[in-house]
Amino acid sequence: MSTTSLSSTQDAAGPPASVLRSDYDLPIVARRHPWRWVGVGVVLVLLAMFVNGLVTNPGWDWPTFFQFFTTKTIFSALWVTVQLTIYGTVLGFALGAVIATMRLSSSPFLQVVAWGYIWAFRSIPLIVQLLFWFNIAYLYQELSLGIPFGPEFVHFSTNNLFGPLGAAVLGLALHQAAYAAEIIRGGIISVDAGQTEAAAALGIPKVRQFFRIVLPQAMRSILPNGANEVISLFKGTSIVSVMAIPELFYQVQVIYGRNSRVVPLLMVATVWYIVLTTLLSIAQRYVERYFNRGTTR
Amino acid sequence: MIDIRGVHKSFGELEVLKGIDLVVEAGTVTVILGPSGSGKSTLLRSINHLEKVDRGLIRIDGELIGYRRRGDKLYELREREILHQRSQVGFVFQNFNLFGHLTALQNVVEAPVSAQRRKRSEVETLARELLERVGVGDKADVYPRQLSGGQQQRVAIARALALRPKVLLFDEPTSALDPELVGEVLDVIKELARDGSTMVVVTHEIGFAREVADTVVFMDDGRIVESGPPHEVLDNPAQERTRAFISKVL
Repeated sequence: MSTTSLSSTQDAAGPPASVLRSDYDLPIVARRHPWRWVGVGVVLVLLAMFVNGLVTNPGWDWPTFFQFFTTKTIFSALWVTVQLTIYGTVLGFALGAVIATMRLSSSPFLQVVAWGYIWAFRSIPLIVQLLFWFNIAYLYQELSLGIPFGPEFVHFSTNNLFGPLGAAVLGLALHQAAYAAEIIRGGIISVDAGQTEAAAALGIPKVRQFFRIVLPQAMRSILPNGANEVISLFKGTSIVSVMAIPELFYQVQVIYGRNSRVVPLLMVATVWYIVLTTLLSIAQRYVERYFNRGTTR
Repeated sequence: MIDIRGVHKSFGELEVLKGIDLVVEAGTVTVILGPSGSGKSTLLRSINHLEKVDRGLIRIDGELIGYRRRGDKLYELREREILHQRSQVGFVFQNFNLFGHLTALQNVVEAPVSAQRRKRSEVETLARELLERVGVGDKADVYPRQLSGGQQQRVAIARALALRPKVLLFDEPTSALDPELVGEVLDVIKELARDGSTMVVVTHEIGFAREVADTVVFMDDGRIVESGPPHEVLDNPAQERTRAFISKVL
């Protein structure tokens, strides 16, 4: 009641219709956002202060930075880091895919085994697990193939079988697999059940249902999280320095241990981590674009 | 063609099918009507073994679906055997369930190649013909989301036809469509009926049932209340329950 009377008074108070322009060509004034410009200003000032500090503060010691940034030692250390990332990712996600399928299978046995794996490897801090693998020879001096509790056929010395690098890859991959499994499982259950049902109704073989129908669509939600994991693994390889493996962070520590130029050498590592993470992010963009096909109008 | 005997099915406590007997002759169209929750969709899905029945037998062309009889016991078939049986039955879903990451053509080509191991080049030619036949020939390379609901459902019908199925099952094929798109999908199904395909259609479209069905089956509360030619069941129902339903729907 009150609204109608209000609008009628407004109508009465407004100018006569003839004064207004035709309804079709009234100009539109976009809303203004003054606070955005204030925000931009504040950020620009802070950024300028930071850059100024980078240039003028002698503590950054840029000559030392450039002296080491592209040396052979750093490059070979970087290569070790990249290798750890590649092996950790490939093995971790391969094993993770198996565990995810086990958790989603209809077999209660496989479900429990997969759940137990994820439980165990998410519970143990990576650094603790790595130190265990590094010291595995203390527990088992040799490994052998044979019949359980029966005769043995082949013997390996544990230390020969995995060197420090092998132990590191193993630790990273096993750790990564637990997280990868959950990410892959999350992606798979995000695919509408109707897709599997349609595939089943068409008689498409089970394995093909998974790889041709479900997985490509699951990739859409696996990828952002997966890329997160790869990037965090890439930086996480620095934890391997506790095992004296000459990856990027360990090598940088060795160098600043000798010349005590801590900050510029940490910057060497930082910049390389940033550069490679940037490359990974760009790669992620393109891979995601591929798997997004068919999702936009 | 389809022979359903004494089929029972429960979901937990809830008994959805309480003993269904139904015979569908080759080359005929059977339309199943009934209120929601009456078990129509469950019955249709069990013909394809998408639902396992608790009791009773379903045969297509004399072949037991989902089980193998040895002595007087039924042994559940292996996944692979069930999938093979399904590839002989076309199923069209209410929500189309087209594969979103595949184009219309790829949707149609997928199953004949991977489930029936037919040659891709031949299947592609057939697929284009089928898409043409259901009226979306120009949409072969388009992804499902770029199609209207009616177009998607017609692609889904082409996908089911590509398997050269013995039987076609439709689970409320027009229920998810805007009213003005219902006609184009029903026209395709009518066309198939004229060509003599054996079909079972669950639907709410009484007009369609009257025009196309050879047999109308009315289901309520997990049972078949009555069945017969459309002019009997729709115009002159013997059962009070059927009459009440039809008067409400019309």
